[in-house]
Amino acid sequence: MTDLTTLTIAELRDGFRSGEFTAREIAEQYNSAVAAARSLNAYTVETPDDALAAADAADKARQSAEFGPLAGIPLGIKDLFATRGVDTTSGSRILSGFKPPYESTVTANLRSAGAGMLGKLNMDEFAMGSSNETSAYGPVISPWRRREGSNAALTPGGSSGGSAAAVAANIAAGATGTDTGGSIRQPAAFAGICGIKPTYGRCSRWGIVAFASSLDQAGPMARTVRDCAILLEAMAGFDPKDSTSFDVPVPPWEGELSGDLRGKRVGIPKEYRIDGVPAEINALWDRGIEWLRDAGAQPVEISLAHTRYALPTYYIIAPAEASSNLARYDGVRYGLRVEADGLNGMYSATRAAGFGAEVKRRIMIGTYVLSAGFYEAYFTKAQKVRSLIKRDFAAAFEQCDLILTPTAPSAAFGIGETTDPLAMYLNDVFAVPASLAGLPAMSVPGGLDAQGLPLGLHLIGRELDEQGVLNAGLAIEERAGFTAKPQRWW
Amino acid sequence: MSVTAEQVRHIARLARLEMSEEELERLVPELNNILDWVEQLGEVDTAGVEPLTAVVPNALRLRDDQVTDGECRDEILGNAPVAEHGFFAVPKVIE
Repeated sequence: MTDLTTLTIAELRDGFRSGEFTAREIAEQYNSAVAAARSLNAYTVETPDDALAAADAADKARQSAEFGPLAGIPLGIKDLFATRGVDTTSGSRILSGFKPPYESTVTANLRSAGAGMLGKLNMDEFAMGSSNETSAYGPVISPWRRREGSNAALTPGGSSGGSAAAVAANIAAGATGTDTGGSIRQPAAFAGICGIKPTYGRCSRWGIVAFASSLDQAGPMARTVRDCAILLEAMAGFDPKDSTSFDVPVPPWEGELSGDLRGKRVGIPKEYRIDGVPAEINALWDRGIEWLRDAGAQPVEISLAHTRYALPTYYIIAPAEASSNLARYDGVRYGLRVEADGLNGMYSATRAAGFGAEVKRRIMIGTYVLSAGFYEAYFTKAQKVRSLIKRDFAAAFEQCDLILTPTAPSAAFGIGETTDPLAMYLNDVFAVPASLAGLPAMSVPGGLDAQGLPLGLHLIGRELDEQGVLNAGLAIEERAGFTAKPQRWW
Repeated sequence: MSVTAEQVRHIARLARLEMSEEELERLVPELNNILDWVEQLGEVDTAGVEPLTAVVPNALRLRDDQVTDGECRDEILGNAPVAEHGFFAVPKVIE
């Protein structure tokens, strides 16, 4: 029998529809693959019965020819999507044992499209991290290793590191991720897969554990651009339960996919040529420009003048919002509780025991920049610079239709290699500006570096122009010829 | 601006995070490094710039005043570390 775990979602869908194989066969092969890959630490909870139940429903529905677009497709779900009755911890001790009595809108949409759930995917605690090392469950190990025979464990990136590793290692056909400042795109680049963060407001945030509400956005991670389009169509849509949800129709992204970019102008921001980025990454960027030119697009140099201020802006706004959002973890309604002297003692002891070091650091920064006397100097100032960053993009999109940059300033690094918080934050230098502006952005594999590790190219589009981003992603995918897969060692 | 150990202790209290002296000592330089770095925003001329509070134009919607959920008290309390008599239970707050 074919190894169904090597197929794309489009291939699984078509094979299921034509009767080449059953959804049950897909789910069984995936369940076995998941169980055989525990050394990656990608899943925090495995739900094989859920995958089988969805598969059986899909097989039954196929006979009546009334089935959803994702019937028979088993997915991994990042552990910050609330899944009814299934542990949802956001990678944190403070939510240990939390079983939501409700389902997030995004996962409910995927389920009603027929998808099954293989399990919950490991992640940086509360999505705060770029290496998966802040997870209370321990880091996810990337399926990729350096070429020269080193067995050093590498990070799959973060915060959606479990999602990236699972898709790259063929233990999920696709996965959900969330992106606050690069958490879909940087791990997608590190793991040699595709990932798209749609326009802020496309996917409902309802039932997603909140990190920074003005930035958080869900999106798919998958092996191909087409698979991302298929998943995003199912995930997106207006939701009255999210006050920032866009009330606009979901376009037929897959049906409109086209790698023909004639008439499109692709902006190359000069401020993204920054010091200290390996020459290989800039060389890949140059190849990306040529690929898009070959697809018919016209490259134009653009300026995004406030790019260098994006990261510091982000590291005021995101911690500020996080410090407010995480105030709800008080030992009263869910998760961990540590008894201590009085109510305040219980709060402080619970939060001290329940949060990890990076989360505490960000709560402290956020509390400080929101505190009396500093609010204007830090928080309001950052919101003003955020306005300027958004304006830069608006001006750039008068000269171009989409923007091409590298996804991350390095390939995957070793676990334990980056210990300085500021150095870790720099991972998102190329990803954060689009987050601050709420724009759709995608990472697509471009090639391997000299060590044999994947590098990604990053496309940013106009508000609500996911189609333009996906189409340019397809044009790159068609030309990059990226077929590398990690050598199986797990 | 840089923070002192005393200020860090105060922020930790505001954030309801119990901290040992060692943790406080470690955090002071870490927070100062991050704050020094974000202070480069001071270089940016933001005179006359409105702070961005919502990234996409979005007017809050009104809906009919109807109950759309509820009747799930026991399910909700099922996640509580301590629940008594159909309520969340907390340490005594009134002397």
